[in-house]
Amino acid sequence: MSEKTSFFDELHGHGDSPRPPYGDYHAWFQGEDLARLRKKSSDAETFFRRTGITFNVYGEADADERLIPFDIVPRVLSAREWSRLERGIDQRVRAINAFLHDIYHRQEIIRAGRVPVELIAQNDAFLPQMIGVQPPGGVYTHIVGTDLVRTGEDEFYVLEDNARTPSGVSYMLENRETMLQMFPELFSKIRVRPVQDYPTRLSRSLSACSPPKCQGKPVVAVLTPGIHNSAYFEHSFLADNMGAELVEGSDLRVVDGRIAMRTTRGYKAIDVLYRRVDDDFLDPLNFRPDSVLGIPGIMDVYRSGGITIANAPGTGIADDKAIYSYMPDIVEFYTGEKAILQNVPTYRCSEADSLAYVLDNLAELVVKEVHGSGGYGMLVGPAASKKEIAEFREKLTAKPSNYIAQPTLALSTVPILAKSGLAPRHVDLRPFVLVSPKGIDLTPGGLTRVALKAGSLVVNSSQGGGTKDTWVLEE
Amino acid sequence: MLGKTAGGLTWMFRYLERCETTSRLIETGFRNALTRPATASDEWAAVLDASGTRAAYLERHAAFEQHSVIDFLLRDKSNPSSVLSCVENARMNARLVRTALSREVWEAVNDCWMTLKGALGHKVQDRDLPEVLALIRQQNALVRGATHGTMLRNEIFNFCRIGTFLERADATARILDVKYYVLLPSISHIGSALDNVQWENILRSVGARSSYRWLNGPDISAMGIADFLILDHRMPRSLTFCIGKVASNLRYLALEYEAHGPSQEKVEEMLVKLEEAEIEKIFEDGLHEFILELLADVSELSATIETDYRFYG
Repeated sequence: MSEKTSFFDELHGHGDSPRPPYGDYHAWFQGEDLARLRKKSSDAETFFRRTGITFNVYGEADADERLIPFDIVPRVLSAREWSRLERGIDQRVRAINAFLHDIYHRQEIIRAGRVPVELIAQNDAFLPQMIGVQPPGGVYTHIVGTDLVRTGEDEFYVLEDNARTPSGVSYMLENRETMLQMFPELFSKIRVRPVQDYPTRLSRSLSACSPPKCQGKPVVAVLTPGIHNSAYFEHSFLADNMGAELVEGSDLRVVDGRIAMRTTRGYKAIDVLYRRVDDDFLDPLNFRPDSVLGIPGIMDVYRSGGITIANAPGTGIADDKAIYSYMPDIVEFYTGEKAILQNVPTYRCSEADSLAYVLDNLAELVVKEVHGSGGYGMLVGPAASKKEIAEFREKLTAKPSNYIAQPTLALSTVPILAKSGLAPRHVDLRPFVLVSPKGIDLTPGGLTRVALKAGSLVVNSSQGGGTKDTWVLEE
Repeated sequence: MLGKTAGGLTWMFRYLERCETTSRLIETGFRNALTRPATASDEWAAVLDASGTRAAYLERHAAFEQHSVIDFLLRDKSNPSSVLSCVENARMNARLVRTALSREVWEAVNDCWMTLKGALGHKVQDRDLPEVLALIRQQNALVRGATHGTMLRNEIFNFCRIGTFLERADATARILDVKYYVLLPSISHIGSALDNVQWENILRSVGARSSYRWLNGPDISAMGIADFLILDHRMPRSLTFCIGKVASNLRYLALEYEAHGPSQEKVEEMLVKLEEAEIEKIFEDGLHEFILELLADVSELSATIETDYRFYG
């Protein structure tokens, strides 16, 4: 990719005047004093620190809790843009749930030859313990965080489906809260769709998936690995805002065929467990025996209808990077429709032709580990040095099936408040989708992650990314 | 409510209270060192006794030197009762029980942690000490104020209060235990200048010098102080007051849970003992023994509450 590559800028498009969704914001911004805005920016940081919206960094003993940098310029989407995304996400999430049900039951899609069997059978994310299990309400992915990137006016790609335990929703909510406190005048001028009822919607959606043995009003609890987990703030935030208990494995045990929490008055049964603990650690009797984060025997309770686990165990097979390249087929197979959202063209390095192409074009491609996440273990060809590429080539040749490759996407840019005023930076978008037997519920907004370094395409918070409030405008 | 949450609330407030106690003890020791330099070393040893950290201190330091005692009590993380350790533990427990706290209480305790971590980031010089000690008390007062102003009066509040008053009863009893000999008529030179200073120090360490004067006029007496700190039901750090508060909070819990258990029995028994006690009789039977027994009772009560309300699995 040459330096002349032009990126789609969401404020200006390819021209000079602001695109319509940004019209009102831009007009307001022109009348603002930069010094005042910078002051607001530092106020925001104080606000985040006071509220304790921090994350811990693993492997750094006694390290201070960190803040994810917040940028005060919102990312704005029009009602029209959003409604198209909404239809695309709805379709994709329906397909994912149908795929999961199929994969753990009759495996029609394999019989039809649309997905190769070894991709499922030899995949660590596939849980044989889930074969034949009917999750309460038929829902597998109660919460999905679909990662999207944009490359043009009408071009949105799904980058990842995040069907396990997507995080970041507390930032969507606290970013909005911060903006409301700092710029109330903007919200009276510009009609932005609210996101603040997400916890209520989450609670409603989870309650609608109560298990067969639930009696009366469903009792919901959030399962956290504990206060040292990097997303602990989010876990307590969601429990607090749903009015649910925040539990750890050590608070739970099996009592009379149910999962029960130790309260000051004795053990009390839980109906729906929103777990923020990975499959591997969920049940030492069924998965990793050394796990102290889970509850011994919960899988047996689950299979007998004693509890709802959200998301269901084994959903990771749907957001596996090797499966990803089959998503257009999967969507078509289960919905009978062409996929509305595009997939990024993906080279499966397990296939000889693809591998040859990837090896020839490493400098232009992004290569990812099939099971990696968080931006680790990947090569961003255009940004990598010759030495890095050479080292990566060795790893790739040694174990090709461990990798996929994609063209470097020209991620759109959105302005941030930089030293000299507005400056474009690359972004992605993670909207949050709730699934219940009653339907699919998408909160209008999401988490916009932004690469704060000029020119950088890596938006992960672990690698210098920040966040922004995301505005979806009313019609 | 989760048993773990009840435990976290209790300990959050115990640590906050302990933080304040430690800062008051430092203040007393510091004042003594300024006014009676000859006794400073003994007095610092007594301060460490009252905070229950003398043995831990002696593992690291050879002598009771002012600057090292103060640093040990303020900032040493290996000392679980240092102000910094207490604040970190209080905040860690607050994170654990965050869903049970109002936003304002959480922010107050988080602010307290950030502020004190900053103020105690470096060794505190003598000239800055009064200001730092005042800041510690002020930050604690802000958490307390937010707690009273914004928390529902339900079981959550009861466990917060139980933590506060168990810790406070323990602290007052330990201060008395360390200083009981100063109050004994056999040793004291009744009414001498030396006695007055020592007695005042006891009152200072519980922040009660002016309230004592307000109630009793300018005449300080050993028995008067003991009576005030043990039996006075108006004095918010007296043993009767603290145990009374633990009892009333346990009564609320019994009402709400419709269950009366060993905790309630134990605390009522302790309360009756205090209410029937007379200060003359306590001196006659032995002040030291009385205090030791009370300390043992507080520790037993604390363990009973942990079991009754399932703090741990």
